[in-house]
Amino acid sequence: MITTLLILVMLPLAMTLWRMIVAKTLVDRVVALDMLTGVGVAIAALVAAMTGRREFLDVGFGLGLIGFVGTCAFAVFIMRKGRSEQ
Amino acid sequence: MTEILAVAFMLAGVIFLFAAMFGLLRFADPLQRIHATTKSGTVGAGLILVGVMIQMGDGQATFIGTATVIFLMLTIPIAGHLLGRAAYVSGARLDGLHGDDALDGVLERSPLTLDEYLAQSEKITSQRNPEPDRADPHITVGEPTSPVDNQRSAR
Repeated sequence: MITTLLILVMLPLAMTLWRMIVAKTLVDRVVALDMLTGVGVAIAALVAAMTGRREFLDVGFGLGLIGFVGTCAFAVFIMRKGRSEQ
Repeated sequence: MTEILAVAFMLAGVIFLFAAMFGLLRFADPLQRIHATTKSGTVGAGLILVGVMIQMGDGQATFIGTATVIFLMLTIPIAGHLLGRAAYVSGARLDGLHGDDALDGVLERSPLTLDEYLAQSEKITSQRNPEPDRADPHITVGEPTSPVDNQRSAR
């Protein structure tokens, strides 16, 4: 049952990755990165439920942390680059 | 019974992740995509974590899962807000906007999008020194110019 859900989650993962590749602007890519970490947390939780090992929940927590820091860093980069033009 | 409840929570989370995916694929401009992915993606991942906690039924797993849910609920709105502000300030397109721009005059906004601006600045720098290879004297393949020739042409 959980395996079916895990296979279902692969479709948002693949579509987000595709969106990240074909996006025209940098902001779209960072939005896709944010979504990708959310899907990654969901996949880590589902793997924890499937294998019954608690360590994968820690993996999900770390993934969420890295995704937050990465999105904030890219947002500050976009803001500085956009301002430097004026 | 708990098995069914856990799978129901996980299925709801997967449905929310699919909603976030469709929003990311179908919406018109970056701000609308941020709106879709931050809200729906957070709820989807949170519901899946709740389902996993119910299924494992373990004290330690419940603690880590609850910490992850609270962390996601606290951080993803902050990241989305920061990204939305950066997108607006750097001049992202507002194709899906109906009506007036409510932030017009409140925040400074650059007229070009960031990618157009980067392409333009790249073009300007390439015009300023068109072929940098020619300027390097060590790579010239044609007739070698001696210093005497240079002095004659200078006169």
